[in-house]
Amino acid sequence: MVELVRGEEMFSHMLPEFIVERREDRCIRCRVCERQCAFEVHKYDKELDMVFSDEKKCVGCQRCAVLCPTDALVIRPHPGEYRRNANWTRERIQDLKKQAETGGVILTGSGNDKPYRIYWDHIVLNASQVTNPSIDPLREPMELRTFLGRKPDALELRFNGGDYEDVEVATELYPNVMIETPMVFSAMSYGAISYQAFKSLAMAASEYGTLFNTGEGGLPKELRKYGKNAIVQCASGRFGVDPEYLNCAAVVEIKIGQGAKPGIGGHLPGEKVTLPISVTRMIPEGTDALSPAPQHDIYSIEDLSMLIYALKEATNYETPVSVKIAAVHNVAAIASGMVRAGADIIAIDGLRGGTGAAPKIIRDNVGIPIELALAAVDRRLREEGIRNKCSILVAGGFRCSADVVKAIALGADAVYIGTPALVAMGCTLCQKCYTGKCNWGICTQDPYLSRRLNPEIASKRLVNLLRGWSLEIKEMLGGMGINAVESLRGNREHLRGVGLEDWELEVLGIKGAGE
Amino acid sequence: MEYSIGGLRDMFLGNVRRLEDILSYANISDDIAEIDASRLVHKEINDLMQYCALQGVRKIVLRGVCGQRYLGTRLYFPNPRPRLEIEIHGHPGNDLGAFLDGHRIVVHGNAQDGVGNTMDGGEILVHGRAGDVVAMSMRGGRILIRDDVGYRTAIHMKEYKDKVPVLVVGGTAQDFFGEYMAGGRVVLLGLNLGNKPHRARYIGTGMHGGIMFIRGKVEKWQLGKEVGIVDMEREDWKLLEKHVGDFCEIFGFKRDEVLGGDFLKLKPMTKRPYGKVYAY
Repeated sequence: MVELVRGEEMFSHMLPEFIVERREDRCIRCRVCERQCAFEVHKYDKELDMVFSDEKKCVGCQRCAVLCPTDALVIRPHPGEYRRNANWTRERIQDLKKQAETGGVILTGSGNDKPYRIYWDHIVLNASQVTNPSIDPLREPMELRTFLGRKPDALELRFNGGDYEDVEVATELYPNVMIETPMVFSAMSYGAISYQAFKSLAMAASEYGTLFNTGEGGLPKELRKYGKNAIVQCASGRFGVDPEYLNCAAVVEIKIGQGAKPGIGGHLPGEKVTLPISVTRMIPEGTDALSPAPQHDIYSIEDLSMLIYALKEATNYETPVSVKIAAVHNVAAIASGMVRAGADIIAIDGLRGGTGAAPKIIRDNVGIPIELALAAVDRRLREEGIRNKCSILVAGGFRCSADVVKAIALGADAVYIGTPALVAMGCTLCQKCYTGKCNWGICTQDPYLSRRLNPEIASKRLVNLLRGWSLEIKEMLGGMGINAVESLRGNREHLRGVGLEDWELEVLGIKGAGE
Repeated sequence: MEYSIGGLRDMFLGNVRRLEDILSYANISDDIAEIDASRLVHKEINDLMQYCALQGVRKIVLRGVCGQRYLGTRLYFPNPRPRLEIEIHGHPGNDLGAFLDGHRIVVHGNAQDGVGNTMDGGEILVHGRAGDVVAMSMRGGRILIRDDVGYRTAIHMKEYKDKVPVLVVGGTAQDFFGEYMAGGRVVLLGLNLGNKPHRARYIGTGMHGGIMFIRGKVEKWQLGKEVGIVDMEREDWKLLEKHVGDFCEIFGFKRDEVLGGDFLKLKPMTKRPYGKVYAY
């Protein structure tokens, strides 16, 4: 490899991204800001009894502003601008300068922040008026319970005796997992996020009766008691995959791809591989945890089938196997192959899916929006008569309960929520996850930082989020005159498009508003 | 039960018979079971093996195996943890001993792809050759292959503290041998090469942990750019004496002759091969 000339030998041309405004009349020199900032923006000068700020280091995570006891700090985007240029935006120029100074691939965290069309904002929901009564969820039963897994083609019932009282299902059923609300937490590995954040997700999933996803960093031994609420991943790095890990879980997920970085692997940098991480991942401390881009035993649908059944064998056919892919071109055909390969759940992660670290160029340019991918997959599976063979889980940029309702009406069984869960715990989407310096204690392995997150409190915030969204979903369902989320699944009659082109309506399989 | 997907027969579960219908294929006497696998599909064999293990059987002999996958994968018993000995006559299919939980498998025949895939512990011996991705993501235990192996052997093998997987291959290997290795010990003996060199390219490419020992001729251009040649130490010879010694004993090679050959020790040059690719 060519040895790169590093930035420290050059004078940096970068502009600061944020401006730190300190209202001196309010600042009491308590130095909270200095202690809270892992990026070392704030520095107290004892002699001058003043706090100085190095704005170039500020990432805009707002930790200091929120914790400042006198509200003395305001952090906002830096007003310094280059000459306005629609083509050469500030971000483009800054990225060019960064690469000129480092010669590297620009990393980022979190989800795609580019203004691609968000279809959820162009789809509106229906409500009952006159011809069909709406339902009040506060006083009438409303079912959000969802079952994930393969469903039989038909149900055969056996009636014992002539009174129709004693009925049993004669069909042999496939393993299914019950969740109390159609939302599960997205895959975030212990390693990418802190132990505290990981445990918070596990605790919240367990308390609410839904699932969290271990990502591909394994499940620490002492957290295996949360296994029945866990989707455990078997990804290309196979980190932490042992027979007990597979057998303690509710669902085993084969990770093929991720919405934020389709087609590429993951590198957990060596500095994040601390002792506890190395125990769980089973690699020496300080070693880069490299997840290869492909799974090297899967080069085809037939090979995928081989791993799916290897996992079913390893779990005694008692656990549904999910396969997660990034939404890309031809996603419908790929999904069809996945179902035929034996996947009980197919998980699709869209263009706006989040990440702990990904090359920015990939995050911002590869993949397709989840709305279109979901609609295409659901339609294809129905056309082929195999929609019942799998549950569809979708991920990638769900921001509110309405997005969830719209996704279910487009054919999803349940939705993965990642970024909302992180925000609930404290994340402000500063996109610096890859630095390992998360001031909110979420995306870091530094014990000084991760201690800031108390799993008791963070899991409460997560449960509150699930509860709030679930209540809103019930309100929306009730308004449509539906009393079970099952009845909404794939029910496109409740959706209408606003401001969409014909081809978009066609792909989504919905009518335009007014029709 | 008939399984079909969209009208197509399920390749894995189609026409699988219930356990009670296939019990006659197993012959259990004391703690040894003999299974006639020639008319069983993979799930039926594993169903029977699981049944036998739960009946207290500690040694299972499979006869007439021909391409059935995942043999040994279903033998996870958390408590108590019996350790089984499985003797396979014939040619097991892909993913032999995948996720293996500490059992011992001896194959009298050739194995296919994915031997010991993500295996956690135990031992697999193959009196023959094996296919691609042998010991992929292996986490513990030992695999000994008498003859050659295919592509991407020992890819992403791992280790942690005293849990160090070992792979010994008697013959030679194809390209990408030891790719992405994150730990473990891999020995390539080249016993069937005579004076010819190994032909594998990209040996140890992306390697960032573990050690490889190669006996026989390898040129520098055959190595991945992340590995370097280092000197053998006392510890290394002790390791080779143990595992290569066992290998020779099991497969009938002359120990001194094998250990007397030239060994090349390969180690990754950095634990962080791609640390400099990114701009932070």
